[in-house]
Amino acid sequence: MHSLAQRVLRTEQLPFTFCPGCGDGIVVQMTARAIDELGILDRVCTLGGVGCSSWIATYFNVDFMKVPHGRALPAAMGLKLTNPERKVLVFTGDGDCVAIGGNHFIHAAHRNIDLAVIMLNNQIYGMTGGQVAPTTPAGAITVTSPYGKIEPPFDACELARAAGATFISRWTTAHPWQLLNAIKKAIQHPGFAFVEVVSPCPAQSGLYIQGSSDPVQLVEWMQQNYITQEEMDLLSPAEREGRTLVGDFLAAIRPEFAARTHELIDRLKEEK
Amino acid sequence: MATGGTIKIMQGNEACVEGALAAGCRFYTGYPIEPASEIAEGMARQLPPAGGIFVQMEDELASVIALVGASWGGWKAMTATSGPGFCLMQDGIGLAAITETPCVIVDVQRGGPASGQSTAPSQGDVFQARYGANGDYSLIALAPSTSQEMFEFTIKAFNLAERYRVPVIVLADEIVAHTRERVYIPPADQIAVVNRKQPAVPPAEFLTFKPDADGIPPMPAFNTGYKLCVISQVHNEKGFRAKGKEGAALIRRLTDKIEKNAGAICEVEELYTEDATTIVVCYGSVARCARRAVKDAREQGWKAGLLKLNTLWPFPAKQVKAVAARAQRILVPEMNIGRIALEVERASGGACEVIPLPKLDGKCHIPAEILAAIKGGCR
Ligand SMILES: Cc1ncc(C[n+]2csc(CCOP(=O)(O)OP(=O)(O)O)c2C)c(N)n1
Ligand SMILES: [Mg+2]
Repeated sequence: MHSLAQRVLRTEQLPFTFCPGCGDGIVVQMTARAIDELGILDRVCTLGGVGCSSWIATYFNVDFMKVPHGRALPAAMGLKLTNPERKVLVFTGDGDCVAIGGNHFIHAAHRNIDLAVIMLNNQIYGMTGGQVAPTTPAGAITVTSPYGKIEPPFDACELARAAGATFISRWTTAHPWQLLNAIKKAIQHPGFAFVEVVSPCPAQSGLYIQGSSDPVQLVEWMQQNYITQEEMDLLSPAEREGRTLVGDFLAAIRPEFAARTHELIDRLKEEK
Repeated sequence: MATGGTIKIMQGNEACVEGALAAGCRFYTGYPIEPASEIAEGMARQLPPAGGIFVQMEDELASVIALVGASWGGWKAMTATSGPGFCLMQDGIGLAAITETPCVIVDVQRGGPASGQSTAPSQGDVFQARYGANGDYSLIALAPSTSQEMFEFTIKAFNLAERYRVPVIVLADEIVAHTRERVYIPPADQIAVVNRKQPAVPPAEFLTFKPDADGIPPMPAFNTGYKLCVISQVHNEKGFRAKGKEGAALIRRLTDKIEKNAGAICEVEELYTEDATTIVVCYGSVARCARRAVKDAREQGWKAGLLKLNTLWPFPAKQVKAVAARAQRILVPEMNIGRIALEVERASGGACEVIPLPKLDGKCHIPAEILAAIKGGCR
C-alpha cells in the first residue's frame, strides 16, 4: 500500500465504496496529500452529510462525524467553536450542500466561520439513483425530470460568494494538482473556505446527462467544458457558451466567527 | 434546607438557565420562540462571561445538530424551543440518540399542531418527545412543575444525559416557564454534577461504540487521539455501517440502556397514596392544581392520593402499577387529549379504572375541576 495511504487513510475502510470511474476517490487522495503536506493530521476532523460524496469524510485516519442529509455544517460549527485549533473539513454533495443543507450553507458562509467545505458536484443525486439536483443543467433528463429539467442550474460558488464565503475555488477531478493546491489553501484560509469539485458520476449523471458512462470520455468532457479564465479569454463568445470557469476565485480576509466568539469570552473574562 | 446558597424570585425559564449553568452547560444554540425565549435570552447574557458560547442559529434543525458537534467537542450543550421548533429538532434528536450524544433539549410546550397557540400552556408534545424521530430508540424526559423544579430538573437532565449518553428532554409548559416564584439555589459545591465517563483503555484499543458492562460506551472528545467514528447510520461497535445482528444489537442497546435502567432513572412523588381509593396521576404544571385538589379532598374526607410523575420517559410503569393495585380508580388530568392516560392504562393493566381528564383550551385545570372528579363528578 502507498505510504501516504498508510499515514493518512483509515485503511481498514478500504476499498472505497465508489463506483469505477467516480471522481470522489481523487478528492480523497488530494485531501490526504493536503493533510500530509501541511502536517496537521492530529488537528483534523472530518464531517459528511449523506450521499456518495459525504462518505469521503470517513476515509481519513482522523475523528469523523457523519450526520443526517444536509446537516454537516451545523455539526462542524459545534466542533469548530469548542476548539478553534481544530481543522474542520466538511465533505458534502451538491444535493447535500445546496438543496437540503442550503440554509445552513448560506448561514455558515455568512458567519465566515473557519471551515473547509469541499462540495462534490456531480450534477445529480448519485446515491439515490440519478434524480435531478439543484446543479443539474436546465433541460437535462434524469429519473425525476423525465421531460427535461425546467429550472436553471444553481451555481454554488456564486451562492457562496453572495452569502459571504471568503475563500472560493472551483476545479474538477481532471485538474488534480490545482485541486490539491486549492484544498491546501482552503484548509489554511482563516474563514469559510468553499471548494467546488466537479466530479464525474459515470453511473448516473454520465449516463443521463453527459451521455456516456466511459470514465475517459467524462474526463475529456470536463477538460473541454471546465476551463480557466485564460483559456476562456481565447474563445469566441459562441465558443464560451455552455463552458464553466474553474480557478481560485476569491481569497479575502474578513473577521472570522470562531475567533470572534472566543475573543468575546476573553474580553468578558478580563472585565470581570 | 442546606446552609448557604441563595433564594431568588425567578421565572421557570430563568431558573432553567441557572440550572444549566450550574450543571456545567457551556454551549447553547437556539432559535427564538415563545414561550421559551427567556431561556435563549438568559443564555445569551450569561454564557459568554462564564466562558461559554451562545449562538442564535438559522433554525431549530441547525440548533440541535450543533449540540451534537459541541458535545463531541467535549462540552455540555443545550437548546430550548416550543412545539413548532421541537418538531424540526426531531432530525437532530434522532442523531443524538443513535450517536449516543449527551445533550439537553427544553421544550416549553404550547398547544395544538403546527404553529399552535403560541402563548398558551399545553402538554401536547408528550408523545412527540418519546416518539418524535424515526426508528426505535429511547430517551429520557422530565416534567417540571415549579420554578424550583425547572432549576433542579435541568441539572438532573444534564446529569442523566452524561450518565446514559442520551438526549434528555425537559418538557416544560407555558405556566411553569413564566410563573415567578421562589427558587433556592444551593452553593455550587452542594450541587452534584455528573460527567461522561472516559475510556479506560489506550487509544489503539478503543472502539467508538463498544459498551462497558453497563451498556454505555465511554466518550472521549474529538481530537484527543481516539480516531472516533461517529456515524448517523446503524453501526457496529467500531462505528462502521452494520446490518443484521450487529445492527439489531445497537438498536437493542439504545433502548435497553434506558428502559432497563428505568428503576434508577424514574422519579415520582407520592402523596397519601397508601390508603387512597382515588389516585390523581399528574405531571408538569397540572400537578400544582392536582395537589391542591387532593389536599382539599382529604380535608373533606375523601380518600384521595397523588402520584406526580417527575420522569415521563422512560415511563414510571412500576410506580403506576403499584398504586393501581391499591386504588379503585385513577384520574389523569392533562393539558392534552389524554396521552399519558394511555400509558397509565397500559401500566395499570386493568387493575383499576383509568379516567382521563383532558384539557385542550389553552388553560390549566383548576383545582375545583379535579376535586369534582375525585368526588365522582366525572362522567
Ligand atoms: C432527510 C433525507 N432525505 C433524503 C435522503 C435520501 N438521500 C440520500 S443521498 C441523497 C442525495 C445525495 O445527493 P448529493 O448530495 O448530490 O450526493 P451524491 O450521492 O450525488 O454524491 C438523498 C436524497 C436522506 N438520506 N435523508
Ligand atoms: Mg450529487
